[in-house]
Amino acid sequence: MADTSTIRNRKGPVTYVMRFGVIGYLAILVVWPLYEVTARTFAPLERGAEGGFGAFLERLQDPSVTYAFQLTATCAFWAVLINTVFGVGISLLLVRYQFPGRRILSVLVDLPMSVSPVVVGLALVLAYSSGQGWFGEALESAGIFIIGTTPGLIMATAFVSLPLVVREIVPVLEEIGIDAELAASSLGANGWQTFRRITLPSIKWAVVYGVVLSMARSLGEFGAVKIVSPGAEFRGETATILIQNRYTNYEEPTAYAAAFVLVLASVLALVVVSLIRKPEDHK
Amino acid sequence: MSIEVSGINKKYGDFVALEDINVSLPTGQLTALLGPSGGGKSTLLRIIAGLDTADSGSVEIEGVNATKLPPQKRNVGFVFQHYAVFKHMTVAKNVAFGLEIRKRPKAEVKAKVAELLELVHLSQFAHRLPSQLSGGQRRRLALARALAVEPSVLLLDEPFGALDAKVRKELRDWLRRLHDEVHVTTVFVTHDQEEAMEVADEIVVINNGRIEQIGTPDQLYDEPANDFVMGFLGDVTRLGNVRLRPHDIELALSPAVTPGTPPAFAGVIERTLRLGFELRLTVDVEGQGETTQVVLSRTHARALDLGVGTKVWLRPATGAISVPVLGVASA
Amino acid sequence: MTEVLVKPAGPARTSSRPSGLFRLTPASGIGLGIALVWFSVLVLLPLAAVVGAAAAGGWGAFWNTLTDAQTFAALRLTVIEAGLVTVVNGILGTVVAWVLVRDQFFGKRILDVVIDIPFALPTIVAGLVLLSLYGPESPVGINIVNTRQGIFLALLFVTLPFVVRTVQPVLIELDADVEEAAASLGASRFTTFRRIILPSLVPAITAGSSLGFARAISEFGSLVLISGNTPYQTEVASLKILKFIEGDNQAGAAAVAVLLLLVAIVTIVILDVVSRRVARRG
Repeated sequence: MADTSTIRNRKGPVTYVMRFGVIGYLAILVVWPLYEVTARTFAPLERGAEGGFGAFLERLQDPSVTYAFQLTATCAFWAVLINTVFGVGISLLLVRYQFPGRRILSVLVDLPMSVSPVVVGLALVLAYSSGQGWFGEALESAGIFIIGTTPGLIMATAFVSLPLVVREIVPVLEEIGIDAELAASSLGANGWQTFRRITLPSIKWAVVYGVVLSMARSLGEFGAVKIVSPGAEFRGETATILIQNRYTNYEEPTAYAAAFVLVLASVLALVVVSLIRKPEDHK
Repeated sequence: MSIEVSGINKKYGDFVALEDINVSLPTGQLTALLGPSGGGKSTLLRIIAGLDTADSGSVEIEGVNATKLPPQKRNVGFVFQHYAVFKHMTVAKNVAFGLEIRKRPKAEVKAKVAELLELVHLSQFAHRLPSQLSGGQRRRLALARALAVEPSVLLLDEPFGALDAKVRKELRDWLRRLHDEVHVTTVFVTHDQEEAMEVADEIVVINNGRIEQIGTPDQLYDEPANDFVMGFLGDVTRLGNVRLRPHDIELALSPAVTPGTPPAFAGVIERTLRLGFELRLTVDVEGQGETTQVVLSRTHARALDLGVGTKVWLRPATGAISVPVLGVASA
Repeated sequence: MTEVLVKPAGPARTSSRPSGLFRLTPASGIGLGIALVWFSVLVLLPLAAVVGAAAAGGWGAFWNTLTDAQTFAALRLTVIEAGLVTVVNGILGTVVAWVLVRDQFFGKRILDVVIDIPFALPTIVAGLVLLSLYGPESPVGINIVNTRQGIFLALLFVTLPFVVRTVQPVLIELDADVEEAAASLGASRFTTFRRIILPSLVPAITAGSSLGFARAISEFGSLVLISGNTPYQTEVASLKILKFIEGDNQAGAAAVAVLLLLVAIVTIVILDVVSRRVARRG
């Protein structure tokens, strides 16, 4: 990527002011706080007490913490699964098929990313809560409860991460065009065979990429689940809600420990994402 | 001398882009830097403009040592291979840019822009954006923009590249006429020998980072310094121990020896190809590893009743330019 | 290596290319039906319920909620803080992108990854991360809890990648010859930046800033621990919604929510317009 242009490579005092300005800005805003959070995660509870990795693990083994992480994992799993199936399907429909309202739908699919998580939670409550929701009563009489239960949490999680898979697949589908697919069907492949043997291999990496992004987003969702969840210990308390509750209840070490796990998960996602991007870019 | 280049060397890592380049270009001349792609001619042009810096050597422009001057201070007009137009500015704004930088009065800028757009036939497009122009129009816009600042030298990088044949031809004629009108010292880079021969007053042939020959188009064609220049400036074929142009070969149906002429080579016509008014023959010459190409007019060929299998005798025409096959290292 | 987690202006939108599209087959028709039902159940109906709840009391009630002194103060604070953050991001984001693209120095790759961290972190964790350095037990003695500076800092943190990641690819794609042309016409580096480079970046800066503004307006998670939620002082729109919900005032919550929804839609429209204009310029 080295620029060969002499004009661009000329360095002056402004270059160095900007370079160190940017390094300083990012250090103060991101790197130092991140270091501090790590330090606190492994700090001893009080003077003289045991710190380090052991204490960190101990805090995580509290049953309410394991419950929270299990709940978060469950929600993330289902949300990602649903989003993947939906994402692949809707991407194919949007790029390959002609139907009225196609353009509007393609804009709407992007909407959940821009809606405030609190509004997402509120929207689900107003539609499905058995007390005040539009469909609350009907669902209640059918014995279905969404708000305050795990399905509600899954819906909230699925809502906020909905466009991530679509966003990855659509550009790839547009770029590869339909020539190979037309060739396959002219060779006698049916719709499913064409999809499985021609289309799927070429969007494979986009799907994986989208899944990783959705997973990261789902694990860390807070606002939307906060509204639809009862949010009490062992009752709908996800990892993120747990962090809030513990921090406000002056159980900071546990909050930091749980937060650190989520930090690790997001850094892992970042690494995976950049690893996936690379082979794809080299094509 | 308008441009004086001496002892220029340039390396990119291990790759030698230019080696000991010395050229002087007189004021008002239209010069072509000709050579195969990757031979270093664009690098030389960019060094003259100050867009690249040489490892050693010096560049003088209008008597001023410009070696250390930044491009802003060299007063050269540079026309880029891919136009490099300012996409967000109208055609008129593009042309006015250099004048505005020089803080010329508004009225003067306006008049100068109008004059230049007239010159490059873009007056009616003054208020369009570059994206609304064709490739040839954009090229002319880039030219007008470079000329606006009244540069002491005008440098053009592959000015006719990436255009279709017809537009190329038009632009070529037009550049020649423009140069006759404006008379600014002009250097352009091309890999097309026909273009260079047709447009330039003088041609500098550059290959593998070195200058092979400098001369007028006629000099280069008639007195090529070596095998490479000869091969690059026109078709070349082999007859006996020499290389020469296919139309410099005389063809006869008998070995009849006239006193004073070199002996003829016997051969058989292997293939004939008609190209408009001329006929190209591939002749298998006895005892020669490769075939020989011969070009004659159709009338001549018809008179001799030539066809595949006809036995013929070939000899270099009187006054033919030739270079020995084993003499200079081939390109 | 760039553009890792933030995708610029509406990439999910398909081009309105008329050719090359198949007509719906029975199978794909059923697929479309299922997709639409799920999309409606998950997204459209709930959002409609919000609008419905806001409209239930009529225009008067809606207006009264929003102009209620405390709510209005929250909305005003949100807009002001988001606006400030957007301005800072527009400038600093462009500078960061510039340094990441044009400068070469040891550790640049690391900075490039650092940019993505605020976006990758769960919002509540982002709040906690900031509090660990700038909170009650700050090792540097700065406590931002329950201050407007705290809100500003949190918004700056979570919106950091937007402008950087939209400007970066545009900056990479810029042709060197255009800048060389400006230089050989006599333009200084600063003039070249102001008159040649900056105009090409404006669409990307606009796109990134509007994404950041929309995010800042609706931000919730990172503010929960920081803002302190004092009415008239540090209460922002999203926290106001939460307070309405907890106080069982669904109509009030819906009214503020509709406002936030509107901002989201306007943002999408702006992005669409900007990307079309850029495409036209070619």
